[in-house]
Amino acid sequence: MLGQSTTDKITSDLLRPIRLTKGFMAWMGFLGVSLVVCLGAYVIQLKDGLVVTGLGDYVSWGMYISNFVFFVATSLIGMLISAVLGLSGAKWASPLARIAEIIALAFAAVAGLVIVSDMGHPERLLNVFIHGRIQSPILWDVTVVTIYVLISALFLYIPLIPDLKICHDKLDKLPPFARNIYKVLSLNWTGSHEQEKIVKQLTRAIAIFIIPVALAIHTVTSWLFASTSRVGWDSTIFGPYFVTGAFVSGSAAVIIAMYFYRKNYKLEDYITLSHFDKMGKLLVLVSLVYLYFNLNEYMVPAYKMKKFDAIHIQSLFAGTHALMFWSIQIFGLVLPIILLVFNKMRKPLPMLIIASFVLVGAWFKRYIIVVPTQEHPFLPIQNVPLNFKVYSPTLIETLVTIAPFILVLLIITILSKVIPIVSIHETIEELEQKNK
Amino acid sequence: MSEQDEKPKKNSRRKFLQELGIVGIGSVLGGSAILAGINYDKKKTAGQRVRVLTAENELLEIEKSDTTKVAKTTYENLTYLQKQGRDGLAGKRFVMVIDLSKCRNARKCMAACQNAHHLRPEQHHINVLKMEETENTPAFYMPKPCQHCDNPPCVAVCPVDATFKRPDGIVLIDNERCIGCRFCIAACPYSARVFNWSEPLNAQADKDLTYNVELNVPQRKGTISKCLFSADRLREGKLPYCVGACPNGVYYFGDENEDAVTNGTTKETVRFKKLLEDNGGYTLMPELGTHPRVYYLPAKGKEYPFQDKDKPEALEHLHG
Repeated sequence: MLGQSTTDKITSDLLRPIRLTKGFMAWMGFLGVSLVVCLGAYVIQLKDGLVVTGLGDYVSWGMYISNFVFFVATSLIGMLISAVLGLSGAKWASPLARIAEIIALAFAAVAGLVIVSDMGHPERLLNVFIHGRIQSPILWDVTVVTIYVLISALFLYIPLIPDLKICHDKLDKLPPFARNIYKVLSLNWTGSHEQEKIVKQLTRAIAIFIIPVALAIHTVTSWLFASTSRVGWDSTIFGPYFVTGAFVSGSAAVIIAMYFYRKNYKLEDYITLSHFDKMGKLLVLVSLVYLYFNLNEYMVPAYKMKKFDAIHIQSLFAGTHALMFWSIQIFGLVLPIILLVFNKMRKPLPMLIIASFVLVGAWFKRYIIVVPTQEHPFLPIQNVPLNFKVYSPTLIETLVTIAPFILVLLIITILSKVIPIVSIHETIEELEQKNK
Repeated sequence: MSEQDEKPKKNSRRKFLQELGIVGIGSVLGGSAILAGINYDKKKTAGQRVRVLTAENELLEIEKSDTTKVAKTTYENLTYLQKQGRDGLAGKRFVMVIDLSKCRNARKCMAACQNAHHLRPEQHHINVLKMEETENTPAFYMPKPCQHCDNPPCVAVCPVDATFKRPDGIVLIDNERCIGCRFCIAACPYSARVFNWSEPLNAQADKDLTYNVELNVPQRKGTISKCLFSADRLREGKLPYCVGACPNGVYYFGDENEDAVTNGTTKETVRFKKLLEDNGGYTLMPELGTHPRVYYLPAKGKEYPFQDKDKPEALEHLHG
């Protein structure tokens, strides 16, 4: 058994962030005001129609759809860290499991809203359920994303139950109603052997079930594109290409979150240098796999240069999108791989910077997948205004694109203020096992 | 009359009776004539029987006198138009043949179409393209409507069945149901679809019109529009707007089942299969497996030469 003082220290360390600080209030105020501005932009779009965006009849999917793909992608990390690493017995990752799950839940839930912002008639969303056609990939996407959000919520909640009891017991400075919420949510947790067993089994079952669902959400998302015959989308490797890309952006998001949680909440003893080191290696691994898929996706058509492939490849490699394309590949993929191979780069600050590049690159990569293809349809774009031929996003569109990021930050921040972001129960348990 | 009778007091009683008799008979005769007239009118209506179609699609014959006119509400009209629009025209399989050797880019088709469907100048249900497939091959003008594919990618991906394929071959859109996701635009390899990014052109003037799914008017903000093969005109037995507007005999339109297509300009009706057979007819991008219902006759022996000024635009697509 651990000494009472050790357990108390762990508990109080991990519960410390759960209080209102000035910094938190200022941050929330900033996010709140920004969100209102962005929602204002969306109201204008609702009133005037999608004409306020830079979209046209040819490039009719732009930043919103890129954003949707990015959000679904990033949410996949919950499955990789909590489920895959957890099931394979990689114990080092367990303190990061909750962070990964919070990110997964936030990004997946907001992804659903992102897609609504792209609709010409959002008030007709229910038509998807009333008149839904199972043949349409959109139906598959709606179904699996909904399931993934629900499972991710469970995956966050079930292992959290013991901690909720701790919150109720230890956070005696909170107003009674707040403590009561913890009490109700902790479902009469007593810590009995039987209860421990139920939570363990349930967590394991969810971990297994979430793997195919997570694979499904991003595979189906890739099929929104791959199910068409357009150049650049008509690809058989789009499913795995998207899934491997998802792990890259998700890992980067977790590293960034780790950095700020650790620093702001003084969790240096729990999110350790070793965690950064291992996450750095994980990012190298998933990036290498993604690089391999990139090689296939671009080099195979580039070798043959079929009529329409050639136009597409040319615009990416040396044409209008070349700067963006090569910046993404170099600063968002190749350089991070090379840098993270070195030990001294796998430290918190360098990794924050590298992960930021990777994450920004990952966003623009979605843009590069979504937009250029539509600028090169099979038949000429003629007799339309110039803004139909070249897509350039507007300010309103940019604000509406930023809104989901603010929402995610709000969710991530608020969750970290009401639950311990590193599991108290598991930290104590693992320390006990180690001491045995 | 009786006053008059009473004035000459010396009149004999006999004369009075005589006159009374005449008046009486006259009244009876007149009255019966009027009665007969009314009865005659009644009989005439009663004899007229009319056929009515019930809401259950049952055809009945009833006395016209038993009918009352019911004012249809807009909603009833809309439902009726949408049902009729989904059912299509029984027994037909519409096809279009476009003779590229006759097109000189007059664009009367585009104007007639935009006018009929209340489209903005940049919205094309039919678009005359300046084409050049490769270097050195000839340039030509190619009118491009929706291809009304028999294996339509747009219909496959629509999440709400807003765009649908009718038994008569036409692909339509119900803009009362469309959610505006634009997956169909992404899926269409022929770039045949347009979106109402803003309030449509005639939004104010059209706001009281009942939506006709076969005309796609009134157009609606946030929904898709595209070529409908002028399904509303076909219902009246007329040729599509573009076909009728062409001054150069480019378009043939007709029914594959009848193996007959009619030229919109000359009104000459010819065998559909023979027309394709004799002139090397083909479809656009058959390799995609979409099975278009729009056929093209090659630009062989063009009646009007391709304009040099249009050359750069035709080549633009070739080089991206």
